Amino acid sequence: MDNTGTARVKTGRQVGLRDRGLSAYRPFPGVPDELMLPDGRTRPLWAPLIDHLQRQSDEDLARATGRADQYLRDSGVFYRQYGSGQSIERPWPLSHLPVLIDEADWSALAPALIQRADLLERVMADLYGENRLVAGGHLPASLVAGNPEWLRPMVGVRPASGHFLHFVAFEIGRGPDGRWWVLADRTQAPSGAGYALENRVATSRTFSDVFAGQNVHRLAGFFRDFRDALLGLRQGRDGRVAILSPGPLNETYFEQAWIARYLGVSLVQGEDLTVDQGRLMVRTVSGLRPVDVLWRRLDASYADPLELDPASRIGTPGMVAALRQGGLTMVNCLGSGVLETRALMAFLPKLSLHLTGVPLAMPNIATWWCGGAAERAEVLANPGHLVLSPAFGTGLPFDRQGESTPAGSLLPDHLARRLHQEGPDLVAQEAVTLSTTPALIDGRLTPRPMSLRVFLARTPDGWQVMQGGFARIGATADPTALAMQRGGGAADVWIVSREEVPPHSLVSAPTGPYRRSTPGALPSRAADNLYWLGRYVERTEGIVRLLRARHIRLAESGRAGLALQQEMDAALATYGVDGTVGIAHGLLESLGAAVGAAGQVRDRFSPDGWSALNDLNKSARRMAERVAAGDDAARALSALLRKLAGFSGLVHENMYRFFGWRFLSIGRQLERALGMTAVLERFADGAAPPGALDLCIELGDSVLTHRRRFSVSSSRETVIDLLALDPMNPRSLRHLLDGLWDQVQALPGAAPLGQLSDLGRALLRAQVEVATATPESLTTEALAELRATLAQLSDLLTEAYLT
Amino acid sequence: MTAYSLKLIIRYAFDRPTGAGRQLFRILPAEVAGMQSVRHSSVTLTPDVGPQSRFHDFFGTQVIEASIPSGHTALELILTAEVDRMAEPLLDISVPLSDLEREIAAHHSVGPRAPHHFTLPSRRIPADPAIAGFARDFAAGCTTVRDLVEQTGRALHRHMTFDPAATTVDTPPAEAFAAARGVCQDFAHIMVGALRTLGVPAAYVAGYLRTDPPPGKPRLTGADAMHAWVRAWGGEEMGWIDYDPTNACFAARDHIDIGFGRDYADVAPVTGMLRLDGNQTGSHSVDIVPL
Repeated sequence: MDNTGTARVKTGRQVGLRDRGLSAYRPFPGVPDELMLPDGRTRPLWAPLIDHLQRQSDEDLARATGRADQYLRDSGVFYRQYGSGQSIERPWPLSHLPVLIDEADWSALAPALIQRADLLERVMADLYGENRLVAGGHLPASLVAGNPEWLRPMVGVRPASGHFLHFVAFEIGRGPDGRWWVLADRTQAPSGAGYALENRVATSRTFSDVFAGQNVHRLAGFFRDFRDALLGLRQGRDGRVAILSPGPLNETYFEQAWIARYLGVSLVQGEDLTVDQGRLMVRTVSGLRPVDVLWRRLDASYADPLELDPASRIGTPGMVAALRQGGLTMVNCLGSGVLETRALMAFLPKLSLHLTGVPLAMPNIATWWCGGAAERAEVLANPGHLVLSPAFGTGLPFDRQGESTPAGSLLPDHLARRLHQEGPDLVAQEAVTLSTTPALIDGRLTPRPMSLRVFLARTPDGWQVMQGGFARIGATADPTALAMQRGGGAADVWIVSREEVPPHSLVSAPTGPYRRSTPGALPSRAADNLYWLGRYVERTEGIVRLLRARHIRLAESGRAGLALQQEMDAALATYGVDGTVGIAHGLLESLGAAVGAAGQVRDRFSPDGWSALNDLNKSARRMAERVAAGDDAARALSALLRKLAGFSGLVHENMYRFFGWRFLSIGRQLERALGMTAVLERFADGAAPPGALDLCIELGDSVLTHRRRFSVSSSRETVIDLLALDPMNPRSLRHLLDGLWDQVQALPGAAPLGQLSDLGRALLRAQVEVATATPESLTTEALAELRATLAQLSDLLTEAYLT
Repeated sequence: MTAYSLKLIIRYAFDRPTGAGRQLFRILPAEVAGMQSVRHSSVTLTPDVGPQSRFHDFFGTQVIEASIPSGHTALELILTAEVDRMAEPLLDISVPLSDLEREIAAHHSVGPRAPHHFTLPSRRIPADPAIAGFARDFAAGCTTVRDLVEQTGRALHRHMTFDPAATTVDTPPAEAFAAARGVCQDFAHIMVGALRTLGVPAAYVAGYLRTDPPPGKPRLTGADAMHAWVRAWGGEEMGWIDYDPTNACFAARDHIDIGFGRDYADVAPVTGMLRLDGNQTGSHSVDIVPL
């Protein structure tokens, strides 16, 4: 651990250096620390970072950490906190100081972790194969048969790739002697790799100079190799790679969406998938498309309601059958959760010897399975440093949320009784003391307990260990308060080399001639959410315009024009909006629905678009609390309208012109056409109150055009002409229907066998009707019929593409 | 040995055309060495929904897998089979209860017939204090596993009243036990739960039962039934013991095996979009005729 490093170590102390708590920094007695050696010297590895910290003024440091926080907020990094039946999104708790580890130390870890990954692969192959470990007495039968993660339907299924495990993580910590220990195995669906990337980006913004000056290993190479490995597992050229997510309510959904975007693969949910003739397919707007490789971020029992947990609502019936047929590689194979079982750690050291003849190079926390008489006797004889936990549990040692009991806290009689009654359900494990690393607390270096999550990916060249990781940092000195659910933080991990490290990016060097690739097929559910995002955003805009017009009139005319205001309230009521309050609840609901739809397609959304939408949503909610009806509300609504335009602009300017964009545009245009038809029906009717025609022009954002085109004052004819029939006005029905026609024509299957689809036919009828109408023929009744046709278009679109 | 011809008809009618879905059927009579052998079996689905595939699940039950396309308003499944059923008188060579735990621990296997799968509570048979209390009342006087199985089954038969109206396929055993009413599924679930609390590995068996008509009455077509009973582990030498608590007898020639599992969920006859009860209008009939 002790090394000199290559970085520029400044020895001279200059005037103006701040102490940053270094002189008072004291590791806890008997606990190793990453920064400070037992004799009080700091490790040279840290010198550039500490030096940098000491040179910064408080303001500079606050600005630097602020940059990271800003980045995390802007990219919408969050995690989900659960409590009292609710879950809320929390800002990402970044501990700004990275954990620095010398490359030489790190390199020594890699073979030990690879050995463990290989051992776990062999154990899994046996548990789902011949079960020789049980037959030979190396594993108790009850430990397997009673394990909820040992999935019987998977017994006998051989993985198509030849391997059960492709991506694993190990939670490791340093023991009192400074050596690394495995605290937990993560084989089910390990999270954190994406967060490690985000931590890296944020931290390198805080300490950009130091990061650039020190030889810190990059993370991109690991992801590139893993992505290439995933692509290599496909069975044919048409097969796809997808990430299977439990959905936006999952604790780590953000990370799943982020990784999908980063790797350029689809993020799918169980309902996107179906099994056809034994092959896993994704439902897309272009029909069913095969999926060959699924990176599963869903716990296995939820994956297939037909053969696994029948209560699962987020699975895919037939998933197990697809694996049985051998057409699908799953990362990791269903059933891999059995390896996370705490009690298995009691047997792994011996299994290593039995299966490979070699002891484990890195120990795991000492564990006794209390189903054995000899083990029970050992625990009874020496309960002092042991903790009792459920044998089949998988929680991290510091995240057991009340399911553990210190064995020493029980009276000997009580302990004996418990071991006797619950033995097979219990393990005893050595209480964990974690090492510490410095965290910046109020600008001062303070030792905090930490553990590391290290990631391993299987590639054609064998397991690769990520040169970095995900560190958990305790909220207090208490090593049990590491979990983020309990206030702990997360930090970047810098593996510092003595030599220059190669720069990496995700883009591989080209081999062979350049060929443009077509974007992947759009899953129907994603298309549905984009379509509704378009509709809700447009609906919100319609409501804002109507509500603003309402409040302007309230401010200007007092009691005059009361009839028109009542008519406007009636129009607003059709959207569930109360026209008499400033920012009505119905408006927030519509906006909330837009955010909800966008949240379902985070992987298809630029971070800028997402933050613009969130900003809009937050502003509206803030305004709703303090804005009064009348002039105040009108001004607030104008501000919202500008923000809406900002979001629309970002989307319009930046979104790739493919199916996703088309569904979003169709949603917007259709909703706008529906809104405009409703406005004309109500306010261009002969019986509408005075002022209604001018209101139409205002709602259609066409005051200037109307003035230019018609030198006369408004009449029903001029209004209908401008807002319904004029092909040049972007808000007219004619223009919107033309646009819809273009979009629908470009959708897959628009003209099967040269004939129009049902959707195309209905749309063409509406378009022709408007194109051939005159202001006189487009009566209120004709408008009502047109609105019914438009509503039918939505059903036809849904039927053809979105279900 | 008795030879039977077996016919099962399951019918569904739907108010609206169904969506597409996958469907598993566990209805085929099992091949059980020394107990039961199947001469032939065939399954037809109407309308013809395309190819069925068959596989054996973990516990060895033969499963028919079919993908049902959308748009149907009715579905009919017909199984016909010929089965030979043998039944030997049961000698009590089961282990003394005091040795059972040791025998289980010494059984180094997690194969489908290993006792270890059947010792713990399962999803449909969670631990229940009332059933545990009932079980303990009978354990005291018993010496062997077979004895205990028979005593428990008889006691349960006395306690419960057969009543198809009292429970549904989803009724928890604790509820049926408290009401002291139910059908074969409830009887079997409760008895499995009771035996497990006493440390006896116990499985749930699904099958068919031939019903004898009352004396002097003709046999009615369709009066036979899908049935469920209990399979308990009597130690290495004795192996598994089948007991039918609904009829207070050891399962014999009138019982035809489909398969066994930890509880109903492992051997449910119809899994997937369709079920045997619930929202759809479903009916089934069973006919077992000696050849």
